[in-house]
Amino acid sequence: MKPLLEIRNLRLRFHTLRGDLDALFGVNLKIYPGEVLALVGESGSGKTITALSILRLLDPTAEITDGEIIFEGKDLLKLSNDEIIDVRGKEISIIFQEPRSSLNPVMKVGDQLIESLMAHTKISRDEAYEIALKLLSRVGLPDPKRIMNSYPHELSGGMAQRVMIAMALILRPKLLIADEPTTALDVTIQAQILALIKELVREYGISVLFITHNLAVAAEIADRIAVMYAGNVVEVGYVDDIFEEPKHPYTIGLLRSIPKPGYEGELYSMKGEIPSLLKMPPGCHFHPRCPYTIEICKSKAPPMIKIDGNHEVACWLFMEGEV
Amino acid sequence: MSSVIKAVKEYLESEDFRFTVALIRKSPLTILGIILVFLLVLLAIFAPIIAPYDPLEQNIDIRLQPPSSEHFFGTDQLGRDIFSRVVWGARISLIIGVVVVSISLFIGIVIGIFAGYYGGKIDEVLMRVTDMFMAFPRLILAMAVAVALGPGLFNTILAMAFVWWSIYARLIRGSTLQVKNEIYVEAARAVGASNLRIVFRHVLPMVITPALVQATLDLGGTILTAAGLGFLGLGVQPPTPEWGLMVSEGRHYISSQWWVSTFPGLMILLATLGFNLLGDGIRDILDVRERR
Amino acid sequence: MDLKTYILRRIILMIFVVWGVLTLTFIISHMIPADPIGAILGPQAPPELVEKIRHEWGLDKPLYQQYIDYIINFLKGDLGKSIRTNKPVSYDLMKFFPATIELATFSLIIAIIIGIPIGIISGVKKDTMIDHISRLFALSGVSTPVFWLGLVLLYIFYYMLGILPGPGRLDSSISAPPRITGLLLIDSLVTGRFDAFTNALLHLVMPSFVLGFYSAASIARITRASLLEVLSKDYIRTARSKGLKERIVIFRHALRNALIPTVTVIGLTYGSLLEGAVLTETIFAWPGLGRYSSQACLYMDFMAVMGSVLLIALIYSIANLIVDIAYAFLDPRIRYG
Repeated sequence: MKPLLEIRNLRLRFHTLRGDLDALFGVNLKIYPGEVLALVGESGSGKTITALSILRLLDPTAEITDGEIIFEGKDLLKLSNDEIIDVRGKEISIIFQEPRSSLNPVMKVGDQLIESLMAHTKISRDEAYEIALKLLSRVGLPDPKRIMNSYPHELSGGMAQRVMIAMALILRPKLLIADEPTTALDVTIQAQILALIKELVREYGISVLFITHNLAVAAEIADRIAVMYAGNVVEVGYVDDIFEEPKHPYTIGLLRSIPKPGYEGELYSMKGEIPSLLKMPPGCHFHPRCPYTIEICKSKAPPMIKIDGNHEVACWLFMEGEV
Repeated sequence: MSSVIKAVKEYLESEDFRFTVALIRKSPLTILGIILVFLLVLLAIFAPIIAPYDPLEQNIDIRLQPPSSEHFFGTDQLGRDIFSRVVWGARISLIIGVVVVSISLFIGIVIGIFAGYYGGKIDEVLMRVTDMFMAFPRLILAMAVAVALGPGLFNTILAMAFVWWSIYARLIRGSTLQVKNEIYVEAARAVGASNLRIVFRHVLPMVITPALVQATLDLGGTILTAAGLGFLGLGVQPPTPEWGLMVSEGRHYISSQWWVSTFPGLMILLATLGFNLLGDGIRDILDVRERR
Repeated sequence: MDLKTYILRRIILMIFVVWGVLTLTFIISHMIPADPIGAILGPQAPPELVEKIRHEWGLDKPLYQQYIDYIINFLKGDLGKSIRTNKPVSYDLMKFFPATIELATFSLIIAIIIGIPIGIISGVKKDTMIDHISRLFALSGVSTPVFWLGLVLLYIFYYMLGILPGPGRLDSSISAPPRITGLLLIDSLVTGRFDAFTNALLHLVMPSFVLGFYSAASIARITRASLLEVLSKDYIRTARSKGLKERIVIFRHALRNALIPTVTVIGLTYGSLLEGAVLTETIFAWPGLGRYSSQACLYMDFMAVMGSVLLIALIYSIANLIVDIAYAFLDPRIRYG
């Protein structure tokens, strides 16, 4: 099966007042039609900027120095400004972490909802309004008419996130990017939103790139998981494979760090901390914290190595003949 | 003393300082501000040396002469050298600016921290009083006070300080409110530090930064307003060479002897511009540093 | 809190502001160090005469009594008498203030027309040459002494080039329209006097440009700063991610939010327009509140100065009130908060 979206060797650099800082070091990712891929990593791993790169929503100080993002046969990075604007909202949508600040405070919710419909299609305002109403019901909002007439500050976090989801799906995109959509919400609402996303994936047949720092959430919603660390994808595989047979030392550490209910001993934490962009370790970025470091890890960055079918790791330990 | 020198030297070599310098170098407008202010201060300090003539010396024979190589800015209606008067005027304007801002800053800090830190009734009352002052445009209020007190340098400074303190009170009160709830203030209180100690060691350093930015901008603002008062005849009196007063005196000759009013006015513009550029630049740099 | 309550609250606040303005003016009036009567009558006046006048003017009453009298007089419209014009101050103020309102408001319109676009362009094209030039212009604008600018432009455009009319609101050859509002533009339009209208308009050009210059610069600065702040917000990123054209993102999303602080500044800027009027009306022989008060300063006409200060503060407060109410209309968070 061909992937819907493929990121190849994405490299990104920030031009800051302190100099040029590399942030992505050759990210590789494939998303297949109809699947949910969770991109997991701690803050600073590069997951958000990877997502923003797809739709080219980055800050002007960020420069993509290498790589391709292939979507439906086209390299999104090489599209003109008008062409990428066409893709946004219509083919690929994105929702963000803080739903209430992601909506324009002085515009009615309804107007914002139908905006992309009106911009991308030749539909009339009334028709767009009807579609929006139906969609608001579909995402579980009672009294959609009132919501359409409200302002963002009148909505709760959960309601706002549902609106965002409706807004993102209104043009039936093929790919939805969700950047930590539940992190800012209460736990009960979190569960509801996750369930909603799962339903919609099934109903609309869309793919989802779900970004989170929470492995448990990833396990709930994803078909496959990609683990990111310090600007690289370090492991990728089906949820079961990752959880039952994690290969990369970082993934193992992450899983060990999840406290289990009933466990009374000391909590495990990986030694060291995420490297800052200013002082990125050479070779494999994880090597200073890795309990299994070997010589080559310190100088060369490992390639993605296939374990089996769909399970890949970026770690020298799994390279035949190198150990 | 040597420890102070050592501390300064250490700071000048630190990465922080180098970063700040790099930021300054990236902003041509800030550099321009620094140059203008530097030149202004130079003029004020070295006025006796820079001015070629005595600013008060009258010579009716050469009155209202256009700019020339002997009199760079020409002569005024009493035959005085305008260039020399403008140079000496720098001193007056700068003094007014510095004194007014210092007094206002001081009063504003005291009132602002009091109101912000203690809150409640004290805050209410102090803020109502501040509102009362801020209901007037600044020049207008200063004008009223200047008329009541009478002309003169001292009264001008008094009148302007009367007006300017309110902005600082508001600003610092706002900052104090934010800082009050910061964790470390709570921590200090929990450890049992006295209120006064908390105020000076913790609150003051945090709130003073926006006030200092405002103070730099206000150095320009006060020079501008003081010139306005001088123009209205309410500030220093003739024959003292105050820029605003000079523009006013030259007003009647504008149709043909344009230089009498033009050069002093230009100086007001450059001085104010310098401080505005500097203040803006400082604010931008502080913004960037905070966001790091 | 809904809109009606908000407006009501603001109006009640205004009353307190007016009271505060009166009180502060009263305090200032009594800061005079020297004996005002003695100053007015001269050192040769016999002490019984001084006492008699002092009693007539109520200056021998206790302070709080004077304060109450002062407030009551204000409510009756009595602001004392001008020693220069020899008329009641309130009469003078009524006569002169429309000219200033016309000038200040016209200047404000010009300032908005110039300032907002410059601020927008500057913000959208941040850190480019256009931005640097606009910022320098804006900074120069707020650094320029308005009285000096008036003189310079008067010299260039009237004395040297002769393309704009000289001092005054109308050429002496044109008769003024009947006084209805005191605002020449409106009075002449309403009575069909188009010759007066165009002439008044021409006369307004230079003074309002001079006055408006400072305000245009302030407005440009706040618009730029506000726009930059808004452009960094999440909802702008959302708007772009929906595939909206950049033009729509700027105008429909960014500006609607960015202009809200600008509106607040417009209220404050009316204050500097009034200050500018005080400083420049004399230069343009503009028969308004500004010229009246600056001449009163020159003559130490105390009552006139205090009366003018009072009126200016009131106009300023009303301007801010209007702005606050407009603000409530623009920001739904206030209306439906």
